[in-house]
Amino acid sequence: MNFGQSFRLAIKSLTTSKMRALLTMLGIIIGVGAVIVILSLGNGLTGMVQQQVDKMGINMIQVQLWSVGDGMMPDPEELYDLVDENPHVLTGVSPYINLGGVVRHGDEKFDRTSVYGISEIMYNAATNYTMDGEQLAKGRFISYMDVERREAVCVIGAYLEEEAFGGDALGKTLSIDGRVLTVVGVLKRNAELEMLPGSQDDQIYMPYTTVMEIIGDRWVGLYIFTSTSGETANAAKGVIESYLNKFYRTDDGMYNYFYIMTMAEQANQINGMMGVAMGVLVAIAAISLLVGGIGIMNIMLVSVTERTREIGVRKSLGAKRKDIRSQFVIEAGTTSAIGGLLGIGFGCLLAKLLEVLLGGMLVASLGTSGITFNATPTVGAILLSFGVSVGIGVLFGYLPANKAAKLNPIDALRYD
Amino acid sequence: MEHLIELKNVYKIYQMGSETVHALDGVDLTIDQGEFVAIVGSSGSGKSTAMNIIGCLDVPTSGTYRLGGVDVSTMDDDQQAEIRNKMLGFIFQQYNLIPKLTVLENVELPLLYAGVDSGERRERALRSLERVGLRDKGKNLPSQLSGGQQQRVSIARALAGTPSVILADEPTGALDSRTGRDVLKFLKQLNREGDTVVLITHDNSIAVKADRIVRLQDGKIIYDGDSRDPRAVVQPHGEDEDEEVGA
Repeated sequence: MNFGQSFRLAIKSLTTSKMRALLTMLGIIIGVGAVIVILSLGNGLTGMVQQQVDKMGINMIQVQLWSVGDGMMPDPEELYDLVDENPHVLTGVSPYINLGGVVRHGDEKFDRTSVYGISEIMYNAATNYTMDGEQLAKGRFISYMDVERREAVCVIGAYLEEEAFGGDALGKTLSIDGRVLTVVGVLKRNAELEMLPGSQDDQIYMPYTTVMEIIGDRWVGLYIFTSTSGETANAAKGVIESYLNKFYRTDDGMYNYFYIMTMAEQANQINGMMGVAMGVLVAIAAISLLVGGIGIMNIMLVSVTERTREIGVRKSLGAKRKDIRSQFVIEAGTTSAIGGLLGIGFGCLLAKLLEVLLGGMLVASLGTSGITFNATPTVGAILLSFGVSVGIGVLFGYLPANKAAKLNPIDALRYD
Repeated sequence: MEHLIELKNVYKIYQMGSETVHALDGVDLTIDQGEFVAIVGSSGSGKSTAMNIIGCLDVPTSGTYRLGGVDVSTMDDDQQAEIRNKMLGFIFQQYNLIPKLTVLENVELPLLYAGVDSGERRERALRSLERVGLRDKGKNLPSQLSGGQQQRVSIARALAGTPSVILADEPTGALDSRTGRDVLKFLKQLNREGDTVVLITHDNSIAVKADRIVRLQDGKIIYDGDSRDPRAVVQPHGEDEDEEVGA
């Protein structure tokens, strides 16, 4: 009924005493600002993870196998057959063994380089993409014959070519754990800015058979599968799972000799962890909102006392309890809503600033091209923060408003 | 005929520490439509309590009060608020305008609480301001007006809701005597136009402007009659009277 007037009164009292208004709203501004920053950064990070997943292929499935007591594990050939038998969901499989060795070239040492033992299936010449999203820039990929003959050849990332060979690596050699390898191919550069050690540009592919020879193992424990698409990833996982259950005779689910994870699951896992971290941070920010609410309650109690006579006059003119109550609740709600709007503006600015400051660093450390860090809050986050700030004002304004509503008109009129 | 205001055997008893104060001690009073009555008395005589009860700001301890035929002596807070809104128009000594609202908004207040929609509210408030000759001041803040003008605004506010009774509590108390006289003249004029006016004052020289005087002392009515009767202004024993020059 008197919403318009209460709203205008609230704006008037805020503008007539700006310092007091600012101090009243400070808790809400900081709280809402913090929530916006946290949600924006979280949004940016989730976006990065999604982009990374999209780039590496949402159809990638990692499988880890352990040997049973007698050392028996599926052979790569058997897994190739599994893919051939299930073309509706699976498109390929390759060993994907991580060799933790030190790479040397002359006197130079590269100890952050990732070395993977893979098969020729890893690379699809028709699309010029590997299963994990790399592209070949120069030379050739590891071939079937390389794998069969355990050739000492490798394909290197753009960082190594640049750092170790000055941009011309084809036909030259490097060594891993004393084994000398000839470079037959170079991968396309990923990073848009500077290439960093340990990034996606700092890696080596070599025949998995050669890796097995170096580490002296018979069994391949790590594989990459690709499904026909992101949507079939779960079905593909099911096919692999039932095959492995049969192989290990673990249909009863009592033992687990293998672990299968799709890219989507990995992303979910990362997002889930980030969600928990963000939840904790938002909860901390919410404490500031609580303090802000108490600040509003405090100033509203003062305001009720200051305006006791006004309340008496309004009551003498026929204002009922609910009229007075809603006037003060609307005033508290308006105050915190304006605080919320300021907080949203402040939070968005701070998020943009952090995007500029941190974004480059984050993207560089990831070392993948085409990934951007975009710390923009979602519309949902903005609406939620605004709603919460109005809600806090109304909630904490209720007590002072109720105090005002219950004032005795005679006492209120006599008040000086 | 039914009286507009009818107090029957009204008591208002306060407990002040160990002492019991009879602010109203068995008051019987009737006021009819169209009267101009002054309730007079020194401080402590019970006139403020009488005004609170007549103004539905308070309820009697015992006895009945009928306003416009309705028993309002047992009403709760919100019911009283509704009666005040519909039946009563207050004029206070300190004007009691809300400083942050414009003159027009102040005059609109009783209509706002009556639930009148904004267009009609504005129109009726402007008409009310016109009656007190301040139609052009609607957009001003109360602080931009003189004391006399502010009191006229508060009269306009009291009139806006077309109440049955105008209740004026020391309406000239904060004004110089000339402006005070103007306000009294205006109340008189309202009365001639048909409004019922109840004036509460401690000042005989003001009270005699009314047609009828009700004098209270120690919570009891000691005189009730024509203001031209010499007994109406007889100084009762032990009462201090301001020696203000009456008009």
